Amino acid sequence: MKNLKYLVIGTWFGILLTKSEAVSWFRIQEMFRFQAFHMYGIIGLAVVVGMISLLVIKKFKIKSLNGENINPAKKRLQFKSNLIGGFIFGLGWALTGACPGPIYALIGNGVLVFVVVLTAALIGSIVYDLIKKYLPH
Amino acid sequence: MEYLLKGSWPWYITGILFGLIVPLLLLIGNKPFGISKSLKDISCLLPQKIFRQLKHDITPNFWRLYLIIGIIIGGYLAVVFLNGNATVDLSKATISDLKNIGITNFDGLVPSQVFNWEFLLSAQGLIIMVIGGFLIGFGVRYANGCTSGHAIMGLSIFSPSSLIAVLGFFAGGLLMTHILFPLLFTL
Repeated sequence: MKNLKYLVIGTWFGILLTKSEAVSWFRIQEMFRFQAFHMYGIIGLAVVVGMISLLVIKKFKIKSLNGENINPAKKRLQFKSNLIGGFIFGLGWALTGACPGPIYALIGNGVLVFVVVLTAALIGSIVYDLIKKYLPH
Repeated sequence: MEYLLKGSWPWYITGILFGLIVPLLLLIGNKPFGISKSLKDISCLLPQKIFRQLKHDITPNFWRLYLIIGIIIGGYLAVVFLNGNATVDLSKATISDLKNIGITNFDGLVPSQVFNWEFLLSAQGLIIMVIGGFLIGFGVRYANGCTSGHAIMGLSIFSPSSLIAVLGFFAGGLLMTHILFPLLFTL
């Protein structure tokens, strides 16, 4: 039951993804063609709000509901994997018009063929786990 | 209420609301915002006999599984109750560019002539949905994050790895959109 709150946040996130049109293949095409500010506005503003929130949390040493100190760790810098992996994901993002969040949202939207995209993404993730020790990181 | 039902909620509202999910997850359970690891969480649910080689060191993060089930529910609710599948107010330049590669139907969130079961069985459909999905799954795991984990969460905490990943996202996206994608539609 303690996980129910994440179900609620996920639901809110799914509504936002849909009503912001971040799930739209058309919007991602528009973004990569630099033909509208829409997606840049959303992502840029989200980053700024995230930054300010964290500064406030740190400044006032606000603790989480379970009493823990909030100090999210930076992901380890792995230049090659961040760049090459990011590049590979970018190719897929532009093809399908979806990143992982929108894949789930689109299934909920009723575009059921995205179950295939999700399955392919799962296979991609499993293949990564199988071969990661051979990849440059 | 009528305002909520309009096509798209304005970016300057949704941008703020997306950003607030970062402190919300931290305050509620000290969890970092991110979706890409959910793929690993799902694969943890597969019978380990089959995927023994994966040697997953972790049991799935159940909180993240609840989060993605929520995203699916939210997507459903948005369409059913909030007119979520309205036609996108796309820029004229994009419409014209997409017409040039053969997209004719601009209704709804995604082009229905591409994202359907029949088109999936064509060469282009397979490349867009199956190869595209594979590249997303492989790429986000290799990069250790996606748009939420790297772009929004990572940049919010000034993480250098996230800046590099986001540069990678855009390099891949631009190459696909401007060079590979037009080739795909001349097949």
